[in-house]
Amino acid sequence: MSLLKVSNLEVAFDSPDAVVRAVNGVSFDLEEGSTLGIVGESGSGKSQSVLAMLGLLATNGRAKGSAIYQGENLLSMPAKKLNRIRGNRLSMIFQDPMTSLNPYLTIERQMTEVLELHKNMTRRAAKKRSIEMLEAVRIPEAAHRIDQYPHELSGGMRQRVMIAMALLCEPQVLFADEPTTALDVTVQAQILQLLRNLQHDFGTAIVLITHDLGVVAGLCEQVMVMYGGRVMEQCNADNLFARPSHPYTIGLLRALPRLDQSDAPLVGIPGNPPNMAHPPSGCPFQERCIDASQRCAESVPPLESFGGDTTWLRACNRPVEQMKSLHEVAHV
Amino acid sequence: MSEQTILSVRDVQVHFNVKAKSKLPWARSRTLKAVDGVSFDLKAGETLGVVGESGCGKSTLSRAILNLIPATHGEIVWMGKDLSGATTKQWHSVRRDIQMIFQDPLASLDPRMTVGQIIAEPLREHRPGMSKDEMNQRVRAMMAKVGLREQMINRYAHEFSGGQCQRIGIARALIVEPKLIVCDEPVSALDVSIQAQIVNLLKSLQQEMKLALIFIAHDLAVVKHISDRVMVMYLGHVMELADKHSLYARPRHPYTRALLSAVPVPNPAIERTKVVQILSSDIPSPINPPTGCVFHTRCPIAEARCSVEVPPLRTLEHGVAAACLLA
Repeated sequence: MSLLKVSNLEVAFDSPDAVVRAVNGVSFDLEEGSTLGIVGESGSGKSQSVLAMLGLLATNGRAKGSAIYQGENLLSMPAKKLNRIRGNRLSMIFQDPMTSLNPYLTIERQMTEVLELHKNMTRRAAKKRSIEMLEAVRIPEAAHRIDQYPHELSGGMRQRVMIAMALLCEPQVLFADEPTTALDVTVQAQILQLLRNLQHDFGTAIVLITHDLGVVAGLCEQVMVMYGGRVMEQCNADNLFARPSHPYTIGLLRALPRLDQSDAPLVGIPGNPPNMAHPPSGCPFQERCIDASQRCAESVPPLESFGGDTTWLRACNRPVEQMKSLHEVAHV
Repeated sequence: MSEQTILSVRDVQVHFNVKAKSKLPWARSRTLKAVDGVSFDLKAGETLGVVGESGCGKSTLSRAILNLIPATHGEIVWMGKDLSGATTKQWHSVRRDIQMIFQDPLASLDPRMTVGQIIAEPLREHRPGMSKDEMNQRVRAMMAKVGLREQMINRYAHEFSGGQCQRIGIARALIVEPKLIVCDEPVSALDVSIQAQIVNLLKSLQQEMKLALIFIAHDLAVVKHISDRVMVMYLGHVMELADKHSLYARPRHPYTRALLSAVPVPNPAIERTKVVQILSSDIPSPINPPTGCVFHTRCPIAEARCSVEVPPLRTLEHGVAAACLLA
């Protein structure tokens, strides 16, 4: 049985002009100790899907569908009950470590609070445990650092504090929203290594939200590619990189400058991302897709299993054999 | 490509005074060495990529080239003329030839001006005699060139997406037909699919208009794509300066090697088994940089002498220079 089963998740925001449908029909199963990557560009709905599951949507946001964790739906759970789970069994690392740590409180207060609340530990025991966790994420002089304030730490160190904080209760699922985007590459390498080791040691399942396909390649088994609030393609990482089947995935991979290949010209995807307050009709990608036909503007292509493989899903009207994206390049 | 050197940067230093931590009257103010002795030449039509992590001085260097932050020491020679001590008027004419594109596409555009006014502003400044009609014509032609529809000319910056804003920034830089554009992280705020559009646009405009580019970025893959030569910086110093092919195929400096190995590659077969050269600890403070080679505190191959001797940037073979005693 899967650890977390998300079915048909929808997120909508009420705004004065329109209802913004940020996420439409996201489903996935997360197994114990596995890693799911959610890839997409800004506004694709990747962060909102995860925030919805943890009840962290903005006040004008509404979530529909279900996210079943231990037989109960997180989306309809009262806050009181959710508070016992989030930060404890399910925890999250945010993108920007400076704005997600409280600048008024020392690292010690922010960390011990978690243990006092969820584990009923004494402050002293909680501090001891917190120091151990800071050491686990390789913060030098942890016993001294714990009494400092967030502004006294570097960006990479703050991100490590966030990770340590998220791991204090040894969660079953760790949601990481662009955990390395704000960091330099050498620090990113340290953090990714750390996540890999922690997953190995604690058996934590990770949902990694990122726009960086390189990070996905190194860490994830399953990948979900999102665009305009919908899932475009969902499959295991090997297939995604070796045999992408959706025009958007193909476009994304071609647009990526790479170190491991010679300098083939980059191919941008023409056009601009959709305005989610007024999304295009039908498939959200159709306006930028060279494979789009009349049908794509009329109806949203369903997310269907592909090639007889039930774990490989794609949402595209055009059969893979007939896709132009594989051979042709749109002029940008 | 012509072999004429258009820009020479000689031993440029940019130092900032930082207020003393303590308020005691005898507390000494300290110096932050953002750029500490950088030299390079740039030829007409060439692209020099500048890479490094946050705090390495790459943005400060770009601003020093344009005198937006005055260099504390060193020479900036533009078209054979030394600009140190140049008057504001002399700088004015230089800035027609050297333009800049900024990182945050929206923040670098005036929210109260229309796109047409934004793109025309350099013309009003540098070609004061030009008639309104001609100006308008040029703006429209430039908009077409960078891929903006002419009908957008009266819109404001907030109505555009990030990629389009960056196109406006490029149009504004190109309208006075400069010889060099300094691009400070021009694509790092953009999504991949848009980033590729902008990189391609810059490349094709460069060829068409015979532009030289200084392309500052932290993304080594983007820099590889666009540059002819690449300069790697760390804590205000140049670590390696080499033509692109040598630098990426055979990096000579241990810092360059660490940087390259840290870049995730979008290929699971390679990425999962790759051994990343993990650098220990964090980047030291530029207020109190390490002695000797600034990289020695994190260098995997440092020897005792690295903490004493400052390694000069020496040429190892044609077109390849590194500042490492052990290279």
